[in-house]
Amino acid sequence: MTALWWAVIASGVYHGLNPGMGWPLAVSAGLMEQRARALPRALAMLAAGHLIAMLVILLPFSMMATLFIWDREIRLGAAALVVAMGCYLLINRRHPKFLARVHPARLALWSFLAATAHGAGLMLLPVYLELCSPETLDNGHLAADVLMTGTLSAAIKVAAVHTLSMTLAGGVLAAFIYGYFGLKYLSKTWFNLDIVWATSLIVVGAFAIRLAY
Amino acid sequence: MNVKPDPTFHATAQLAMQAPIENFGFTVMLSPDGSDSDGIAIVDLNPTSTSYGQIVHQVIVPTKGDEFHHFGWNACSSSLSPMSGHAFLERRYLIVPGIRSSRIFIIDVKDPLNAKIHKTIEPEEIFSKTGYSRPHTIHCGPEGIYVSTLGGGGEDGTDGPPGIFIMDCETFDIIGRYEMDRGEQEKHYDFWWNLPQDYMVSSEWGLPPQFENGVVAEDLLSNQYGHKIHFWDLRKRKNIQTIDLGENHQMALEIRPAHDPKKSYGFCGVVVDTTNLQGAIFTWWRDDDGNWQAKKTITIDPHPAEPDDLPELLKGFSAVPPLVTDIDLSLDDKYLYVACWGIGEMHQYDVSDPMNPVLAGKVEIGGIVKDTKHPNGKDFAYGPQMVEISRDGKRVYWTNSLYSSWDDQFYPDDEGGQMVMARVGDDGSFALDKEFYIDFPKGYRSHQIRLEGGDCSTDSFCYPNV
Repeated sequence: MTALWWAVIASGVYHGLNPGMGWPLAVSAGLMEQRARALPRALAMLAAGHLIAMLVILLPFSMMATLFIWDREIRLGAAALVVAMGCYLLINRRHPKFLARVHPARLALWSFLAATAHGAGLMLLPVYLELCSPETLDNGHLAADVLMTGTLSAAIKVAAVHTLSMTLAGGVLAAFIYGYFGLKYLSKTWFNLDIVWATSLIVVGAFAIRLAY
Repeated sequence: MNVKPDPTFHATAQLAMQAPIENFGFTVMLSPDGSDSDGIAIVDLNPTSTSYGQIVHQVIVPTKGDEFHHFGWNACSSSLSPMSGHAFLERRYLIVPGIRSSRIFIIDVKDPLNAKIHKTIEPEEIFSKTGYSRPHTIHCGPEGIYVSTLGGGGEDGTDGPPGIFIMDCETFDIIGRYEMDRGEQEKHYDFWWNLPQDYMVSSEWGLPPQFENGVVAEDLLSNQYGHKIHFWDLRKRKNIQTIDLGENHQMALEIRPAHDPKKSYGFCGVVVDTTNLQGAIFTWWRDDDGNWQAKKTITIDPHPAEPDDLPELLKGFSAVPPLVTDIDLSLDDKYLYVACWGIGEMHQYDVSDPMNPVLAGKVEIGGIVKDTKHPNGKDFAYGPQMVEISRDGKRVYWTNSLYSSWDDQFYPDDEGGQMVMARVGDDGSFALDKEFYIDFPKGYRSHQIRLEGGDCSTDSFCYPNV
């Protein structure tokens, strides 16, 4: 149980440090407006978009909680989806260019699209399902409505904790680049995570398949 | 695809200025009558090299009559845009269009001494996918490579207005037209943008029948060439405002926005004012209400001349116009270099206050009447034309040809291609380097210059100076 929550936090840090999830936009916002205040505001907008992208993936699955007799099938299906997304990103290495067409001020929209296009929510899904599994929650004999309230609030909690840790990680990096290291380090801390990211999805999915069996 | 961003990508113009200096230059080799194939000359610019200041390699294309003119990189500092989150392209390919043939060559210069053609895009592909012809200015930006064109469809390029099309920055496939709403834009020449502020500015030369066989005097005197600049919402692909500089301001060419994306101003060069033969620079800016404005901030007077010293085209005026044909802004947004191709002068303006430029320096070389020699005693054909500044602002390179058929009209007795360089001191002093003089191979003229690792008219920066 605790380990799973740590996984939620770790995935948040991982997403937060990935420039593809938006921390350079926070640096740029702070500099363009010439006000340090603009940086946390940009981070908040990025967080909002990311949170929604997580919920869009997690909430439909939380609705399925009442189908716990098919828990295993649902988890296997979700895990397969995660692996498939990883494989897709590994094979199709073309970067989604439509992200560049979003207006620079619409950070929440950008963040939502970026997270969705990269399957960020999917990476969290197996952890969430594991958290809600009958064995973990010991909820095998609860009434359906109680159960659903439980899985629903769990989905919101998971998305919130993940987004919070993502924002903190990205925020700390952005603040250091903005206030201390300077923009020279922007390109130095920027690594191509495409393969690592796609592999992460496959690993998380494969692990979930093993757990479900 | 790199694991780290290309080291020649810089977050700010400031960082680009501090980067190592250029080791190579790439310069257009133009066979003016199409009797030979055009090419790109690779020039050694490493001061410690034994072949410094020489052409060390040539990429000559297999076709003839392409007329190389402007060209640009597949990727630049714009890759560090926070919107793309994906900075792993290589600055490796030069996109070289032929403005006469509409053919585009992609040249791989990863190893400059073995530079070679990577891909050729045939004119038919451009015609069928864009409805445009005569590709010209290249900028690497969001979504891909943007290419401006001088002609629309049809044989003479007048079937529909010219515009911009987008190419994929990895496969070099042509994606299609840029414009969704072009407003009153009907002619095209240059364009550039401010990526974080999300605007683009474009300019106008003339339609293909107005330039391909030489300047058309009647059109010029009746103010039929371009005289407007257009402001665009870059991502909405919409013309949001057009400013008419006044119809006497014929041929609004180079657009040079301030490199620091925090600033909302830039410059545009006008070749000739038909009321007085002056050359002019306009400063354009966005006012407090968000509207675009433009004001003439530099004028350069014509020089009186004897009709006998003038080509046919100018005899009636008894004067030689400056002909402002290219301008370039240093990366610190401090100096604007203005090529006066007619009078044979390169001006250096201090534009620290963009509304009040001050002439800070001047170099005389070539020119219709003066025909000033290089300090090394050799001839300089035509006048100073395509100008490119090193990233650190200390070296200013230029060549001499404007456009094949126009060279012959304004300089009927000249022939040849030269590339020279002037040094800029820490105090701003501006003078030609006596040693640097490249005479192009016989039969070739020279045009645009690109510098290894980027220069002052390629890279778009996504973060403001600190």
